[in-house]
Amino acid sequence: MSDLLKVPTMADFMAQGKQPEVLFWVGCAGSFDDRAKKITKAFVKLLNNAGVAFAVLGTEESCTGDPAKRAGNEFLFQMQAATNIEVLNAYEVQKIVTACPHCFNTINNEYPQLGGNYEVMHHTQFLKTLLNDGRLKVEGGKFKGKKITFHDPCYLGRANGEYEAPRDLLRKLEVELVEMKRCKTNGLCCGAGGAQMFKEPEPGSKDINVERTQEAVDTGASIVATGCPFCNTMMTDGVKHEEKEENVQVMDVAEMIANASEL
Amino acid sequence: MQYIPNILFFLLLTAGVGYFTKNIRTVIRNIKLGIPVAINDHKKERYGNVARIALGQSKLLKRPISGALHAIVYLGFIIINIEVLEIIIDGLLGTHRIFAFLGGFYDFLIGTFEILALLVLVSVVLFWTRRNVLKIKRFLSPEMKGWPKQDGNIILYFEVVLMGLFLIMNSSDYALQQMGAAHYTQAGSYPVSSLFAGVFDAMSQSSLIIIERSAWWLHITGILIFLNYLYFSKHLHILLAFPNVYFGAVTPKGQFKNNQAVTTEVKMMMDPSADPFAAPAPDAPPPAKFGASDVMDLSQVQLLNAYTCTECGRCTSECPANQTGKKLSPRKIMMDTRDRLQEVSKNMDANAGVFVPDGKELLKDYISTEELWACTTCNACVEACPVSIDPLSIIMDMRQYLVMEQSAAPTELNGTMTNIENNGAPWPFNQMDRLNWAKE
Repeated sequence: MSDLLKVPTMADFMAQGKQPEVLFWVGCAGSFDDRAKKITKAFVKLLNNAGVAFAVLGTEESCTGDPAKRAGNEFLFQMQAATNIEVLNAYEVQKIVTACPHCFNTINNEYPQLGGNYEVMHHTQFLKTLLNDGRLKVEGGKFKGKKITFHDPCYLGRANGEYEAPRDLLRKLEVELVEMKRCKTNGLCCGAGGAQMFKEPEPGSKDINVERTQEAVDTGASIVATGCPFCNTMMTDGVKHEEKEENVQVMDVAEMIANASEL
Repeated sequence: MQYIPNILFFLLLTAGVGYFTKNIRTVIRNIKLGIPVAINDHKKERYGNVARIALGQSKLLKRPISGALHAIVYLGFIIINIEVLEIIIDGLLGTHRIFAFLGGFYDFLIGTFEILALLVLVSVVLFWTRRNVLKIKRFLSPEMKGWPKQDGNIILYFEVVLMGLFLIMNSSDYALQQMGAAHYTQAGSYPVSSLFAGVFDAMSQSSLIIIERSAWWLHITGILIFLNYLYFSKHLHILLAFPNVYFGAVTPKGQFKNNQAVTTEVKMMMDPSADPFAAPAPDAPPPAKFGASDVMDLSQVQLLNAYTCTECGRCTSECPANQTGKKLSPRKIMMDTRDRLQEVSKNMDANAGVFVPDGKELLKDYISTEELWACTTCNACVEACPVSIDPLSIIMDMRQYLVMEQSAAPTELNGTMTNIENNGAPWPFNQMDRLNWAKE
């Protein structure tokens, strides 16, 4: 299947003197993390299927600097930002889509002050526009009627006020959407943000991802849907901790749409 | 002789307002110790926020029980203050119920005040019960032991006493009006205090006048003491909530402040014509400090945040780190900031207005690194705050100091940062392998 993936780079487009419709910013997790790579591929399948002329930066992409900034290393963050902005501006990039809310937030909100101005979309927002434009078909398939809960990534939800795009897509999948007690503006973090992903948590009574996963499991949902590779890791670990792998799956919204259409 | 009460009242009022003004000037001086921030953007949105979040209490009402109780006390506070205006005029001029000429509208006003006063009393009792009898987690955090708990209760006692005196004043006045006592013109309606005016039936007119006058004087004295208590208390929020909401962020919560000092450094590093070995010009300003280790490194808005915090703990109860037993409590971050700022303030007062280094800092002496590193930057605390305080920004500024000035990041994060620096990803993967997924 994967040999069917068409993943052109910005350099390819430039060589042909063309501009893609949108730049897909893959992000570090999407490029290197085995679980997140599946999300990346699912999203690319959807883009291919919808006939979107997208491109990736490939080896010219580098960390946005989000974990550095949240860890307090503003210097490293701004160095990363300067490098990335130089590359993006050189390719005259206008529009960016990414499947990582951290990349989305950083490029959208923190690059403009450093000279990087682009229209940035989270992949669920982008998929929704494809759906509205009739370029993408979303139908229930094997998810029809299944009980599903959506975990709001902090950097998509609270940080940027986007709660509906992923839920609209899930509703299109004709699932039974159930909400956790803490959702949307009150959503509980998965525990990965602020560079916590890359360190051991401070001493406490419980891990945050376990607390959140218990809440998700309590809804009785068979799938925990999310829109962030880090939330995905944290929730997957939480499900393992709760020994619920048999009954509960953690999936990205893009994966679900791709699976439903058997792409 | 007949002007003695007027003169006494004038002196009391001057003392009360004067001491309060002095302390508010101290608050302003202390806030100005912070880094100035020019905020003159988004005026319409900011006023909208003040109307919705501060006046309209939109965020408080997200918790229906405490939100509704608060709304009652807040309404009572605002509306009953119209009565204070009458008391002040009466006190200065030696009149009695000067607004009585308003007739039916005056009846309506006094009636409303009375009903609100009763509702405030009920709410305050419920608040006290919540704080002292029910085991509500956010009032039991470690930072709420001692003075903060006492402070919360003192405020409630003040309100009980003030509302009580207000009603005693009214009911004795009502009884005097019924007797047709000279000076006590029939004015106002007393739906609450008339209910227990019966206890005064057996009293003589002169003892009733003593009760009425005592309640009147104690009431206004109590108000002036309460006003002056604000500076020493978390209750300062009743004034500062409004400017604080106005200055609250109007950008997406995920947009963290750009550190301009770092931008300058990065630009210099990337400038091919910059001479890396150049000695700084003799008149060059000292290099900027990255991040914050003490209150003077924070912005004026962050310091205003600290004075505005009323320690309700909504931030802490929403914090994922706190909920899972970590030491971090966003409320404590705000309380520590204010405590340290007050310490600096006292230091300045004792040293002719100049801060003499005391070997202490906000970092470590108040806020531990363990607290700072437990934050997931999820913005739950910022979202939860009913008055737009941003504890997260202080955590971030202090992390910046730890990492950029002290190189004191947790070891694992040092590895992450080295990876980002060397190969453009938080993990040790080669940047040249970034597109491998497409071929797998």
